[in-house]
Amino acid sequence: MSLLELKNVTLKFGGVTAVNNLSLSVNEGEVFALVGPNGAGKSTVFNMISRFYRPFRGSITFDGQDLLKQKPHQVSSHGIARTFQNIELFERATVLQNLLVGRHRHRKTMLLEEILFIGRARAQERESRHAVEEVIDFLDLQPYRDKHIAGLPYGVRKVVELARALATRPRLLLLDEPASGLSVEETQDMRWWIEDIRRQMGCTVLMVEHDMGLVGKVSDRVLALADGAELAQGTPAEVQSHPAVIEAYLGTSAISKTANSQGERV
Amino acid sequence: MEFFQLLLSGLANGSVYGLVALGFVLIYKATEAVNFAQGDFMMLGAFVMVGLVNPEYLGINFWLAVPLALLIMGALGYLLDLTVLRFMFGQNQTAVVILTIALGFVIRFVAGLIWGHEPLSLYSPLALGDFRVGGVVLSLADVSVIVVTLLTTLFLWQFFQRTKLGLAMQAASQNQMAAYYMGIPVKRVQGAVWALAGIVAAVAGILYASKGTLDISAGFIGIKAFAAAVIGGFGSLPGALMGGLIVGVIEPFASRYLPSGYSQLAAYSLLIVVLVFRPHGLFAQVRTKKV
Amino acid sequence: MRFHFKTTYDQDIRLFPDRWTLSVYAVLLVLMLVMPWLINDFYLGEMTNVLIWAVAGLGLMMLTGQTGQVSLGHSAFMAMGAYLSVNFMAMGLPFLLSFALAGIVTGLIGAIIALPALKLHGVYLAIFTLALAILADDLIVILAPWTGGVGGYFAPPIYIAGVEVNRWVNPWAWYYLALGTVLVVTLLYQNLLRSPLGRAFAAVRDSEISAQAMGVDVARTKTIAFGISCAFAGLGGALMGLFAGAFNNETFNFLISIQLLMMIIIGGLGFVHGAFLGAVIVAFLPQFLSILTDTMGSSSIPGLEAGIFGAILIAFILFEPMGLYGRWLKVRTWLELFPFARRDMFKRQKSYLKTERLR
Repeated sequence: MSLLELKNVTLKFGGVTAVNNLSLSVNEGEVFALVGPNGAGKSTVFNMISRFYRPFRGSITFDGQDLLKQKPHQVSSHGIARTFQNIELFERATVLQNLLVGRHRHRKTMLLEEILFIGRARAQERESRHAVEEVIDFLDLQPYRDKHIAGLPYGVRKVVELARALATRPRLLLLDEPASGLSVEETQDMRWWIEDIRRQMGCTVLMVEHDMGLVGKVSDRVLALADGAELAQGTPAEVQSHPAVIEAYLGTSAISKTANSQGERV
Repeated sequence: MEFFQLLLSGLANGSVYGLVALGFVLIYKATEAVNFAQGDFMMLGAFVMVGLVNPEYLGINFWLAVPLALLIMGALGYLLDLTVLRFMFGQNQTAVVILTIALGFVIRFVAGLIWGHEPLSLYSPLALGDFRVGGVVLSLADVSVIVVTLLTTLFLWQFFQRTKLGLAMQAASQNQMAAYYMGIPVKRVQGAVWALAGIVAAVAGILYASKGTLDISAGFIGIKAFAAAVIGGFGSLPGALMGGLIVGVIEPFASRYLPSGYSQLAAYSLLIVVLVFRPHGLFAQVRTKKV
Repeated sequence: MRFHFKTTYDQDIRLFPDRWTLSVYAVLLVLMLVMPWLINDFYLGEMTNVLIWAVAGLGLMMLTGQTGQVSLGHSAFMAMGAYLSVNFMAMGLPFLLSFALAGIVTGLIGAIIALPALKLHGVYLAIFTLALAILADDLIVILAPWTGGVGGYFAPPIYIAGVEVNRWVNPWAWYYLALGTVLVVTLLYQNLLRSPLGRAFAAVRDSEISAQAMGVDVARTKTIAFGISCAFAGLGGALMGLFAGAFNNETFNFLISIQLLMMIIIGGLGFVHGAFLGAVIVAFLPQFLSILTDTMGSSSIPGLEAGIFGAILIAFILFEPMGLYGRWLKVRTWLELFPFARRDMFKRQKSYLKTERLR
């Protein structure tokens, strides 16, 4: 059953077509990867789902509902959470506070209850913390719980961002280059986590990733993009061996060399 | 006739606002920072000129003093960058805003120590002559203010469009890191911009002082110049001048035709209207951040 | 060095995370309560002044420190609080009700004014609010029937539960009024910080884009922040006007808002403590300087206060952007870790400016 559906989506910036007549459909419970060279429009697709950009043409539906009718801050209330390519954490807050912002969509209290800290406020805080601690346990963030983001190493920030997205209890998780800038070990961890997220939390994952090794191991289906349009779609192996994909990445002359390069970074 | 009289005095005042606004825009274009002390720079420039020209101080010839004052203010702008603003490199805009507000306080204090708190007049040859053209009294000061302002704007505009340094200044603001990699000496370029802002402030100060008396609170016209810069669109040199002229012209007409008390509101109300409906002035330049 | 062993979620939710912190603040509270017996009436008046500035400072801190929006126009809202409280009292309402209402109404008006200002970023918001502060001066004159115009108002006598609170008769009563207000405002502030809304403020401050992705309505959050901030500033302004005894259109001029902003930066942006430390500087700097010029034998130097204040601020922005409280945190960490603190622990990260405009 398809959870997220993009139909004939087109987006232009000035005269440049960033995404051209793209259709894709992500099924409930699968890990779906978008791959493609820089500037292919992968992040743009994410930004359209997050409603930071409005497509020029086409439709985006989530669980049967029209996402284009939503404002950017309403998207998360449908159960869509995301990470960012360049890490957009709340720098001057602690890890715990960052994750608690992830609980914002579950907020039930009114201003007056919060400012006087009466009524549901305390119970809600306990509940939020309980939910956040689960995520902290899940991603082994205990040592960093009360640390400020500004002093954390890159790899940890990446995990915190994932944790913040998970704290919203999403149905669909959008991961924008989860492994970029990570070491081999950290990438390995990321792989286990993505698999666990899908298996334990029943969360659907749509990710943009350059590391074909990671893509090949975790994703069920892959869509290759170039210049904003679909090049190929299928299982990781099918897409990687697709001539158009190889050409887009390496140019025609390289086709012969790629036969044994599967699983390498592209 | 009254109309032309009001228009002329408005244009002359507006030119000074425009010049101060040019100072804001210069620094904004090159460093993305906003110098809230530009009005106080102008005040300081005027006082430096007074110190050079007036008989109770050095008593130098006016025309000899002009380049000297420009030089002094340029050097001061450069030194300020060297000693203070360079350390703000890469910090956010608001920190720089607050820093320059504080700088204004310090400049006002120092100027008060040196030149006192009584109003002074500059012995300016521009302040002497009036002439009549068909019923309208033109003061030499007003006319020269307008002419000099137009020339200065034209010069700066061409400087940014045409010269290598001007282009480097713009590049440096838009992406410091990339500008570095392109071999632009970002820090030295910024120093040059602050020097330039100092020179423009001196020009504005000399013209301002030629038009009337001067005291250390003169720098507060910087706030009107802000309105001018915003109305014209921050980041556009001709826009700054246009904004200055608009604000300058509104004032005399408002105080002539609106009931007293309301006339003060005109310029700032326009500012608020522009901010709300066209937040980036006449030449919009800002789009949302890319993620 | 103290360790925090967390066993329940409540430890993070409580106002005081552990007994040690609780006892420190309890001692501080007792000290504040017995202050009238410790210092003379003159200094008690100065302490009252500190507390009043702290109330207004907490207001601006909510907006600038917590939500990251700079306002140069809070003097307008302080004025609004002062005039509203006097008008409510003139309508026959008791003082405490007038005072609270003045804060609430100022907050509502502030939120309404914030609506069009929301899309403005950084410098533009600063200029917008600066224009508000300047306009306020003229508006007060125009609205003479409610403001007394240029002549201004003499503060009416204040009665709380039948006791007259008069600065000259019973300065301790004024001190307790200011202390009570500060305590309430601080409690409300802390409540917000431990609630979803307070975290949404920080989210908007640090990254609007990811705040949106987390479901935070940025425009609404900013409006609420502005409203609460104005409400606190209104309370501070009401106290300031009443404490001064008389006020007119020039009492709350735009320089007051600039002073307020400088104050919270010197104290430490984003920290409740910062508002208090900054208020101490603002209230005692003039005293300190006049004592200094007296001992040096010179007469008073006009503009000295503002000049020194500006210089202090420049020094803080250059060398200690986290303000006095940030410096204290560093000293405390250094002491706790002694002798293992490293020099580079507090090193600031270098960042490069990248424009948000396209051309």
